[in-house]
Formats: sequence, C-alpha cells, structure tokens
Amino acid sequence: MTGLVYAAVAVAVVPLVLIVGDVVIQGGSQLSLSFLTNLPRPVGVPGGGIGNAIEGSAIIVGLATLIAVPIGVGAGIYFSEWPESRLSFISSFMNDVMAEFPSITLGIFVYIIIVLTTRTFSAISGGVALALIMIPIVARTTEESLKIVPVSLREASLALGIPRWKTVIRIVISTGRSGLATGILLSIARATGETAPLLFTAFGSSYYFGGNLNSPIAALPLLIYTYGISPFPQWQAAAWGAALVLVGFMLILNLSVKLLIGRKFAGVRAEI
Amino acid sequence: MSKEPKTMADGLTSASMRRKLNGDLILKALVACAAIAVVALLLGLGIELITHSDLSLSKFGLSFLTGTTWDPVHEIFGALPFLFGTIVTSVLALAIGLPVGLGVAIFLSEKAKGKRVYGYTLGTLVELLAAVPSVIYGLWGLFFLVPILKTYVEGPLHSYLGFVPLFASTPFGLDFFTAGVVLAIMIIPTISAVSRDILNAVPNSQREAMYSLGATHWEVIRKAVLPYARSGIFGATILGLGRAVGETMAVTMVIGNTPRITASLFSGGYTLAAVIANEFTEASYPLYVSALVEIGLILFGLALTINLLARLMIWRMTKNTRFRV
Repeated sequence: MTGLVYAAVAVAVVPLVLIVGDVVIQGGSQLSLSFLTNLPRPVGVPGGGIGNAIEGSAIIVGLATLIAVPIGVGAGIYFSEWPESRLSFISSFMNDVMAEFPSITLGIFVYIIIVLTTRTFSAISGGVALALIMIPIVARTTEESLKIVPVSLREASLALGIPRWKTVIRIVISTGRSGLATGILLSIARATGETAPLLFTAFGSSYYFGGNLNSPIAALPLLIYTYGISPFPQWQAAAWGAALVLVGFMLILNLSVKLLIGRKFAGVRAEI
Repeated sequence: MSKEPKTMADGLTSASMRRKLNGDLILKALVACAAIAVVALLLGLGIELITHSDLSLSKFGLSFLTGTTWDPVHEIFGALPFLFGTIVTSVLALAIGLPVGLGVAIFLSEKAKGKRVYGYTLGTLVELLAAVPSVIYGLWGLFFLVPILKTYVEGPLHSYLGFVPLFASTPFGLDFFTAGVVLAIMIIPTISAVSRDILNAVPNSQREAMYSLGATHWEVIRKAVLPYARSGIFGATILGLGRAVGETMAVTMVIGNTPRITASLFSGGYTLAAVIANEFTEASYPLYVSALVEIGLILFGLALTINLLARLMIWRMTKNTRFRV
C-alpha cells in the first residue's frame, strides 16, 4: 500500500516536470531580446515578438493591483479586527465563495458593467476583471497574517495609551507585513496568468499600449491562447516563447515568496 | 464619554478619548467599506447575470436546460450538451484526481511528517502545480498530451475494449477523455492540499489508540485516520469538483468544442465555460448574448452550490481546529 502512495506522489509530480520541461525546451529556442521587445508580425514575416503583450499584461495587472490591494487589505483588516460582527461573517464567507468562482463568470460580469456601458473593450475593464480575482486572495491572506500577530503585542501597545487605529496600523500591520506582502505577490502571480476573464474585457491587441486606457490592450495569456490554437507553426512557436516568459515569471514569484518568507504562511496556499 | 465634561480634567480626558474614538471610527468605517464592497460585488454579480439572461430565460424557460440543440443561426438555444460535457469531464477528473490527490495528502501528512527535506520539497512541487496558469495547461495539453493520449491510451483502449460504449468511437485526441485528464492534473493540488490539512487535523489520540492495539502504519491510516477524516475529504473532493466545473481555458483548448451528447469518452465535446469563452465575443444579437449569459448563470449556480456543500463538509470536520479553506 505504501507503494500506491508513492505512486500517487509520482503521478502528481510528473506532469509538473513535463510541463515545465516542455515549456523550457519549446520556448527556449524562441527567446531573444527582439522576441521580448518586438511587436507580433504577420504569418510569414520573421522577427515577430511579444513586447506589446508583456507591456499590456504589466499595465492590466498594475491597474488590478491598484484596485485590489486597498479593498482586499481593508476587508482583511476588518475580518481580523472585528471578527464577531455580522458584516464580517457574511463578507468573509462571500469572500471565500468569490475566491472559488469560475473566473469566466467574473469576465461576463465586468463585460456587463463596464464594456457594455463604455461600448469598448478596454484596459480598464481588464484591470477590474483581474482585480476581482485578486481581492479574495489579498483579503484572505491579510486576515490570516494579521490574526497570527501575538495578542501581547496589541495589549502592550494599547497599554501605552496608543489608540486602537494606530495600534492596528503601526503594530499589527507592520508585524504582519511579510504575510501581507506574500498575499499581494501571490495574487499578482495568479492574476498575471488568468486568461478567461480577459477574453471579453481586455480583448487583446496587436499594437503597443497607446496611452488610452479605454481601448483594447494585449496580454500575455491572451496571446498564448490565440497563437496556441492558431494553425500556423510560426505563431504556435511564439505561443511557446510567451508561455516560457509567463511560467518563468510565475515560478520565480512563487518560489521566491516561499523561500524568502518561508513556511510560516504555507497554510495560506498559493491557489487559495 | 458622551456626557458633557464637568471639570477641566474631565474635559481633557474626554477630548483625548474623543480623538482616539474618531481615529478608531475612521479606520473602522474605511475597512468596513472594503468588507461591504466584497458583499456588493458578489451580489452584483448574481443580479447582473440574472437580469442580463432575462431574454433567454423568458423565451426558453426550463427547456433551456433540457434542449439539445444549440443553433445560433436559427435562434434555438439548448444548453444540455454543455451541461453534459461539464459533468462528464468533471466526473472523469475526480475519478483520476481523487485517488492521486488523496495519496499525495496521505504521503505529506502521514509518511513525510518529520522528514522535512523531501516532504517539504514534494509538497512545494505539488503546490506549484496549482500556480501554473490554466492557459499553459491548455497549450501543453494541446501539443503534448493530445498526441500521446491518442496513440498510447485511447488507441489501445479502443482496439481492445471498443465494445464498451465508453471507448466505442474512434479516438480523436481532442475529446472528453483528454479534457478529463488535463482537469485531473489541475485539481490534484486542490484535493491534496485541503486533504492534507484535514488529515493533519485528525487528533493523534486516534492514531495512538490504533497503534496501541498493535496495528501497522497502514492499518492506522486506513482504519483510524481516513474514516475520521471522511467528511473533510469529501469536502476537499467537492472543492476539487468546483474547480473542475469552472475551469475554462485548458478545457476549451483540448475538448474539441463540438456540442454533442454521447456515451463515448473519445468523442469531441463542449462545456459550459468553453462555449462562453468561444462564442461570447461573436454573439451578434441580444438573444444570443442573453443565452450565453444564462449559461454563465448556470455556471454561477453550480459553483455556488458546490462551494457551499464543500465548505459545510470541511467546516463540520475542522470546526474545533483553527483551519479554514
């Protein structure tokens, strides 16, 4: 029976090795400085790149972070500081539910509230869609990391006559900051790889970002999807190159979070 | 605090108290707004999905769920083939992913406990599986898994067991089976991570009692640990199911995207999430859009039900320990 357990571990780990290996082998041959900075080129024209997709992803994820961090951290503070309130119970429950939601339904939601009103696919709507993915992760990790701050620290601060709000900001949050950082970084990693909610929000584009947040924008996962299912070997190869960039980013972010911050927050899982 | 100050000392205390109180109130109001935003978002999501699927809801009613024809050209919309595809692929994913995920959880919590280095390394590797984006699974599935499964798994199954309806049709590669396998790989980390936490929550006294009766390590796991953790493991399974049901990109890329209801796993299919991904931007008239939003609503309902069930199960198991999914 022990054999079966080991077999299960092997079956679980082999795909990771195969995926990462395949991405490195197939994508490695694509990588070059021009690939990372050039615009995509039409089929048959060599020298195309994924520069606009990298730029687009950075912009959308940046927007999403700006929206998600205040809401997520705020909600997390509320959950950990006022755990007894009814709002806390309902909201933290809904937060859990939202974390497990099919991301494509979030895409439809943002399409309805933003794309239909502004009548255009846009970087803004893509950012909001990704923010909806990030909020539950940030809120949950914030709550978890603030809850493990020792009560004695709070009590010491309150005993010195420091008001509660200052205690929360200066003592509790600053003690739990590595957990907060973990949550934010992991949520960024997760959002960068999300494709489904971007299909009908950010939509994709073959150009660099033109300075207008209200127009469609390229994104790395969108490019991997459209190029991956295209019939042209040249585009498929570009998809693998882009996949290597994306997987590399995710793995580096995830591993560095794990190694730098350690096992303390292992309970706050990467995938939440 | 609220009454008027009578002496100067009283006034001082009261003023400084009021200052503290205001800071506290501002903080509480700010973070409460964030907590309310979370509630509003989820409610808004549900309400928008319902209002925007109105056209389709009123035109087809319940027959939307039972209709087998999806024909945008003639404005006939039935979602059954997609529902069927979602259920088949998710069940298949569980059939493969549950034993493996549970095996990993048993390894991590019972075998590798105290053996830091390789337990930690393997645990991290499995967790990294969860960090790989869905579209990468799709790309890998399309170019690596599809040809391999077609030649080495589906081919032999079809030629030797072709009389079984499940394996009856000629293997195509882009089919229910491949989609199920990709989904299984994707939900293993979910099932193993949650089950590991559940197994860790089983009190040691359970294990010690069995050991003291002379049981072997494996007997302890099978007769004391697993039965105790039953409802929690069930919850982990349902949570994995929820993830499989909502998964979009990887499935869209390997399932073949043909709305079909058939007993054969080697036939192309379609899922709820995949049809939204493929057709939403192409939907050219309001009823079409509305039908796709209604599919989103079905997905919303499924995900909500599955989630509540899973949470209930896990909560029952772990309510005494500090643990949360």
